[in-house]
Amino acid sequence: MTAQGWSFRMTPIRKLLILLATICLGVCIFRLVTGLGIVTNLNDEWPWGLWIGFDVLTGVALAGGGYFTAIVVHVLHRDQYHAIARGAMLTSLLGYLLVMAGLFLDIGQWFNFWRPFVSWGHTSVLFEVFWCVSCYTTVQILEFGEIFTERVGKKWHNAFKKAMPVLLIVGIIFPTLHQSSLGGLYLIAVDKLYPLWWSTLIPYFFLISSFFVGPAMICVESTLAGKAYNHKVPVEVLRGLAKIGGYFMLLYLALKIFDLSNRNVWDLVFAGNLESTMFLLELGFGVIIPILIVFSGMSKSRSGLFIYGLLVSGGVILNRMNVVFTGMSGKAGASYFPSIWEWAVSIGLVSIGVLAYCFIVENFRILEHEEHHA
Amino acid sequence: MAKGVLVDLTKCIGCGSCTVACKLWNDMKFQDNEPTMGPVEIAKLSANNWTVVQYYEIAKDDGKVWRFAKKQCLHCQDPACASACFAKALQKTEAGPVIYYPHLCVGCRYCMIACPFNIPKYEWDKTFPLVSKCQMCSTKVEKGEAPACVSVCPAGVFQYGEREELLKNAKSIIAQNSSYVQEVYGEKQAGGTSWLYISDVPFEQLGFRTDIGTIPLSTYSHNFLKYTPVVAVSWGIILTGLYHYTKRRNTIAKEDKNVKL
Repeated sequence: MTAQGWSFRMTPIRKLLILLATICLGVCIFRLVTGLGIVTNLNDEWPWGLWIGFDVLTGVALAGGGYFTAIVVHVLHRDQYHAIARGAMLTSLLGYLLVMAGLFLDIGQWFNFWRPFVSWGHTSVLFEVFWCVSCYTTVQILEFGEIFTERVGKKWHNAFKKAMPVLLIVGIIFPTLHQSSLGGLYLIAVDKLYPLWWSTLIPYFFLISSFFVGPAMICVESTLAGKAYNHKVPVEVLRGLAKIGGYFMLLYLALKIFDLSNRNVWDLVFAGNLESTMFLLELGFGVIIPILIVFSGMSKSRSGLFIYGLLVSGGVILNRMNVVFTGMSGKAGASYFPSIWEWAVSIGLVSIGVLAYCFIVENFRILEHEEHHA
Repeated sequence: MAKGVLVDLTKCIGCGSCTVACKLWNDMKFQDNEPTMGPVEIAKLSANNWTVVQYYEIAKDDGKVWRFAKKQCLHCQDPACASACFAKALQKTEAGPVIYYPHLCVGCRYCMIACPFNIPKYEWDKTFPLVSKCQMCSTKVEKGEAPACVSVCPAGVFQYGEREELLKNAKSIIAQNSSYVQEVYGEKQAGGTSWLYISDVPFEQLGFRTDIGTIPLSTYSHNFLKYTPVVAVSWGIILTGLYHYTKRRNTIAKEDKNVKL
């Protein structure tokens, strides 16, 4: 593919995505010029809305496939999983770039975004999130350099290749820290977040779930990419990854049960109110049913793995939404529903991600590559 | 020593002169749609109202009484907002006030999530909005003067002074008069606040949150964050070890295969 030009196929779906992306960019500019009040439905009772809840907290979790893959393929050297490595890490990189975009849109003094680099509020969990997310995004861009220089700036390729082992390990430490600290953000909301979600263990719940959502996202992504690019990852590869995820889901479930007993809040689990219903949905469909799928014959089929992937990803999305919205609504004293503009931005950012993924997959060696770095 | 204010809610007549003094000293406009006095539904803290006086009609002793509760930032001893700010835009001073430094603010609004009393407000209608809250007239306090609201009260609601002294006073007042609720609000809430309240009607009926624990909220973050360096270093060592171990194991496995062939 080295000699050919840049290509980007145009399909009706892609035209729709481009339209959504354009609307999103328009709203973004309008928001940066006019402030948050006109564009969003945020208010003093609801300072954090859809952009923080979905674009940032959920986006970072769903992008967990990158460090999951880096551990399995590049640190543990499970070479049989090599087929999914570049795809997963690309999705992760795009995920983080979109998270950065979402964050940038959400902060009021956006020209001041660099301030925590020099004014160290190190007592804040957000400080850890800020440093780790920005450093990790940088590391991921450098990691992508290895792929990029296969085609552009080839003379740099060897330098990037040599740096990969270090980048990969640094690129696992950062997300481990900030996935947990995203949950840790809510430690300080002890008197606000509903007790089904508030726990001193919330950082660990966020960390474990960001890890096991990795293989789930890989199953979803490779099914979709498989359809679009006629590139089928062997079922056994996906099943092997899903099983690794399955063990971590068992650990998550055990820790949840221990935590609920330890804090003596089982009565809230079955209280029948909105919080308990959402909590049971999240745990039932997002954790328990997927565990049953993974450790049964259902995970031998592509469709079984796809359903597993959708359920786990959906469960993690629901969990993050529950923490940001359901769990905080009791003490908020007001209501919040995202405005049409907030939706337009969130949907548009995802569209941009999909378009970027398609472009990169069609122009760089992502889905089919054999050699193994280091 | 840290200064504080003791508020005796039994003495407040709801005149609102404190809210006017606040506007004048801090050079903020009064707006018709944001009254600083009235029932809790209409007199609300906002980016433009650093203090409000809320009216409550309360059932007491077979009848009804009116009580007036002045609300503003409580200036915590160990402020959750300041510990949550990742750019040090909120800082607690030695003298007591928790001050906001706009030039450091990124506008993330994590302080609003962190504050158990829901005090910090945001300028939602501005292009470059800032967080907004009572500064306890820090420049006056630095000079040893009382905050503007305190200095104008005609009804003797406030006592200004050393927090520890005020706490002692408050305790002796409520101990000598059984009509007071036997609790000083702000003594322990979230680790204690610079503003202390005593009242003859239960605090929750006056819109005060009474379900707040006594542990400073920053404790929870600190107990989590203190492990960060250890985790980062040991995780790095483990990963590096695993990287070399599994790589070598794969190489040996391949060599074994070659020998057998």
